[in-house]
Amino acid sequence: MTAALALIRRDVALAFREGGAIGVALGFYLVVIAIAPFGLGPDLNLLSRVAPGLLWVALLLAALLSADRIFHNDYEDGTLDVLTMGPLPLPVVAASKSLAHWITTCVPLALLAPVLGLLLNLPIHTIPLLVLAMLAGTPAVSFIAGIGASLTLGLRRSGLLLALLVLPLYVPVLIFGVSTVSAAVTGPGSPWPPFLMLCAISLASMVLAPLAAAAALRTAFR
Amino acid sequence: MSIPFTATLEAEGIACERGGRRLFEDLSFALGPGDALLVQGPNGTGKTSLMRQIAGLLPLAAGTVRATGSEAGTPTAELCHYVGHLNAVKTSLSVRENLTFWTGFLGGGNVDAALGIFGLAPIAEIDAGLLSAGQKRKLALSRLFACPRPVWLLDEPSVSLDVASVERLSAAIRDHTKAGGIAIVSTHVPLGADFTHTLDLAAPDPLEYGSAEGPAP
Repeated sequence: MTAALALIRRDVALAFREGGAIGVALGFYLVVIAIAPFGLGPDLNLLSRVAPGLLWVALLLAALLSADRIFHNDYEDGTLDVLTMGPLPLPVVAASKSLAHWITTCVPLALLAPVLGLLLNLPIHTIPLLVLAMLAGTPAVSFIAGIGASLTLGLRRSGLLLALLVLPLYVPVLIFGVSTVSAAVTGPGSPWPPFLMLCAISLASMVLAPLAAAAALRTAFR
Repeated sequence: MSIPFTATLEAEGIACERGGRRLFEDLSFALGPGDALLVQGPNGTGKTSLMRQIAGLLPLAAGTVRATGSEAGTPTAELCHYVGHLNAVKTSLSVRENLTFWTGFLGGGNVDAALGIFGLAPIAEIDAGLLSAGQKRKLALSRLFACPRPVWLLDEPSVSLDVASVERLSAAIRDHTKAGGIAIVSTHVPLGADFTHTLDLAAPDPLEYGSAEGPAP
């Protein structure tokens, strides 16, 4: 447990020290949402109807920008070798690193979303639910990205391949994430059933994805 | 090293395959507390691969490596320190933070004492990214002292070290084996350590016992 905490703390410290990844993800998110109204036109009703979907899709893309760094840096400088020789089973190492990605990328993105929601005329009363849904759904985003990051380890320009591999797996998160917020914006139903599905997807990914990531990491060492 | 180690390491009939080519096969050795194994051989004969196999980083094509004796049942990877070509040093963390992370992750250890061994204490607070290649190597080697583990796997540990540091490293290997540890070292420069076994991967009968010499200069 202390080993996992040490690893998470180091990864978070590295992400903030190196800075680039978080700043790029936040900047990308801001720019994508800011240019969307130029493409869609100034119809406020239309914007508030498509806002949940746009916010979620852009969040997924922004989170993927830094996903290849989950394992890549540690692989390049030999740290991953030593991490596999520690007291932690490899799936726990993968889980810790995915969790650190969630803390350093997805949480800042989810906290930026309310501001961007205003740009898209998202009704103010739905904003707490938007943040809640994003915080509940994004663990799945980081943990599934961990699978992609370990599969593409050691490849050149792995970021794009990672996006191709991982984006289809985000469809359930997207569907239930958007329907949670949409239910609050346009009605009729209650937002809670899709929200609970979102929580279930996140919990399942947090358990299963590290196992897949660890299996992929083992093959990367050959 | 205040804790005497009692682990023994046994390799039985191990083989290594890289890219469809057999590098070595049917290799067996047993190392007990205090043994030091020198791995020799020209480039490409599998010295690094052997180390990585013992560390559990490469699959064995055949055979087994296991810890016996008091540490039987512990995965060998958790008994070993592996210092290879890559230093596992994070450039945006300070020297001390690098080592503190490893003690937190691997379990250990006295960071300040470990920093002292290679004289890194005066530069403990600067970013590891500013270190020279030799200093980074010393930081990687400091991990050996910060987190005590019985088996040291050192792959060309003297690369980019100055003469005084190589001597300090040799002394450290001697101290480690005196405390009952096991050292497996591959090197092309003579280290002053007393190797009890020599393994020449290019020779037809690779294992020799009782060689106290380093490799021929």
